[in-house]
Amino acid sequence: MPFTRTYRISFLLLLVALLCSSLLNISSGSVSIPFADVLSILLGKLPKTDSWEYIIWNYRIPKAFTSILVGAGLSLSGLLMQTLFRNPLAGPFVLGISSGASLGAALLLMGSTFLTGFATFSFLSDVSLAIAASIGSFLVLFVVMLVAQRVKDTMALLIIGLMFGSITSAIVSVLAYFSSAEDLQRFIFWSFGSVGNLSIDQLLLLGTIVAMGVLLSVRSIKSLNAFLLGENYAQSLGVSLKKSRLTIIISTGLLAGGITAFAGPIAFVGLAVPHLTRQIFDTMEHKVLIPAVMLYGAILMLLCDTLAQLPNSASVLPINAITSLVGAPVVIWILVRKRKMMF
Amino acid sequence: MAKVDENILSIKDLAIGYDSRVVAEHINFDLKAGMLCGIVGINGIGKSTLLRTLGGFQPKISGDIILNHKNLKDYTASNLSKELSVVLTEQPASKNLTVQELIALGRQPYTNWLGSLTELDKEQIRSSVAAFLLEDLKHRKCHELSDGQMQRVLVARAMAQDTSIILLDEPTTHLDLYHKVQILKMLQELAHNKHKTILFTTHEIELAIQLCDRILILDGKDQPFGDPCKLIEKQHFDRLFPSEMVKFDAKTGTYKVSK
Repeated sequence: MPFTRTYRISFLLLLVALLCSSLLNISSGSVSIPFADVLSILLGKLPKTDSWEYIIWNYRIPKAFTSILVGAGLSLSGLLMQTLFRNPLAGPFVLGISSGASLGAALLLMGSTFLTGFATFSFLSDVSLAIAASIGSFLVLFVVMLVAQRVKDTMALLIIGLMFGSITSAIVSVLAYFSSAEDLQRFIFWSFGSVGNLSIDQLLLLGTIVAMGVLLSVRSIKSLNAFLLGENYAQSLGVSLKKSRLTIIISTGLLAGGITAFAGPIAFVGLAVPHLTRQIFDTMEHKVLIPAVMLYGAILMLLCDTLAQLPNSASVLPINAITSLVGAPVVIWILVRKRKMMF
Repeated sequence: MAKVDENILSIKDLAIGYDSRVVAEHINFDLKAGMLCGIVGINGIGKSTLLRTLGGFQPKISGDIILNHKNLKDYTASNLSKELSVVLTEQPASKNLTVQELIALGRQPYTNWLGSLTELDKEQIRSSVAAFLLEDLKHRKCHELSDGQMQRVLVARAMAQDTSIILLDEPTTHLDLYHKVQILKMLQELAHNKHKTILFTTHEIELAIQLCDRILILDGKDQPFGDPCKLIEKQHFDRLFPSEMVKFDAKTGTYKVSK
């Protein structure tokens, strides 16, 4: 047995699975395009119909890329939170990041009922929604980080994050209660989550944000591994607690905040994927786990999005419902099978 | 490598505690390389607080802690991790690590930013695994281990960190007599053969008297320190417990319940 396993074969299989699920994702949609034609369009051959080419390149491929970014990013942020908080039930949203994004979106979509002065301002594009949600999530993250500087105990930080989540969702409820039916509907649609409708520019922006988050977490590999022993041991191994905790929180904020802003609050991926990954990659080494959860998350998200897209019909199920339907049973299954959640 | 007769750890008039509440004061002792030293005392007298202070986990109130001729507060976390390793009472946060993975984490102070292990690192890990008889267990997950095995793994990790000082907080708790003796014997070998300075808190006063080179008694007053036999001669162990309920028998070096 080698000193450290590299899991080459598992990674290779995951890459193949990623390719397959991407193809599956791209070849399914409301307009039925035969698989052979999808392939030939992807390979740059002349299509039978121009509209097919347009659909593939301008709608389905950006959507597939969004799914990959969303799945990989959320799963990675889930892994970071589980290690940092030494808690198998932690996900990217424990710090109140998604509630912050919801608050931003809610204020924009439903706040206009209150603030009549802003009513004229309510030209609601997807971009302003994304910006509002990002501001919301980063505001909450900023407050949590301020608290993190003062509170030494990570568990207290976890609870504070949950409390911020409660406060923001309470404000959202109040807003929802007073807002008009149309505004409420728009908010509900945002909260369903969606990986479609991103322009190339938005996709590039999301890609940059996710890349920054990934870079920061790769920089933190060593301290993440040390955190597996607990904070005191990590410190005795030379880890600067404050600095590495901050780096990990910022990385999560970028990943979860950015993704939630563009794709809505997508549930369970961040919580469930790290556990799923550990079924195959039986290690705690973050050098292995980081790429593994990202691949796994991307595949899961592509598959969920394929499921959400009912074959040959115009209706699309809310992606959030699908991820929850897949994610919740996974958590239950792990709990029942292992009786104890390990991380 | 420090010279054998040099003081590795030098404590001068140290006062420890939380904020302004002093837990113990007037602590003075020196330790050289290769010495095994036990810290004994009644519950709440400040054994763990002393260890936490020496480990840099909490600030001292006053006095000096000199580690390898340098003040403890002048060490950065990264420099200190090459001089001082710890075994704490808290269990590792994740017990999903294998024994070898956990011991390998002890090499972190020396590895590059990705934590890649060099041949030297691997050699250190192998010898730690061997020294604590963990060869058959090295691919097991930590949650599968017994308390005694887990304790050996944690000490092996500290050994892999290859520091001049190892601090251990109650390494014998929850173990039966056999495993208590086993772990203390292993610590003694580590101190004597590898010239490590090892300092541990314990309630096993009788075992400490038999195995330690030095003992520090926290008695709340003058905190005597020295060779176990000398401490017995000076009747310091008699005053360790406040009442007459247990009495120290100097001939056998054991405590007896008063009739």
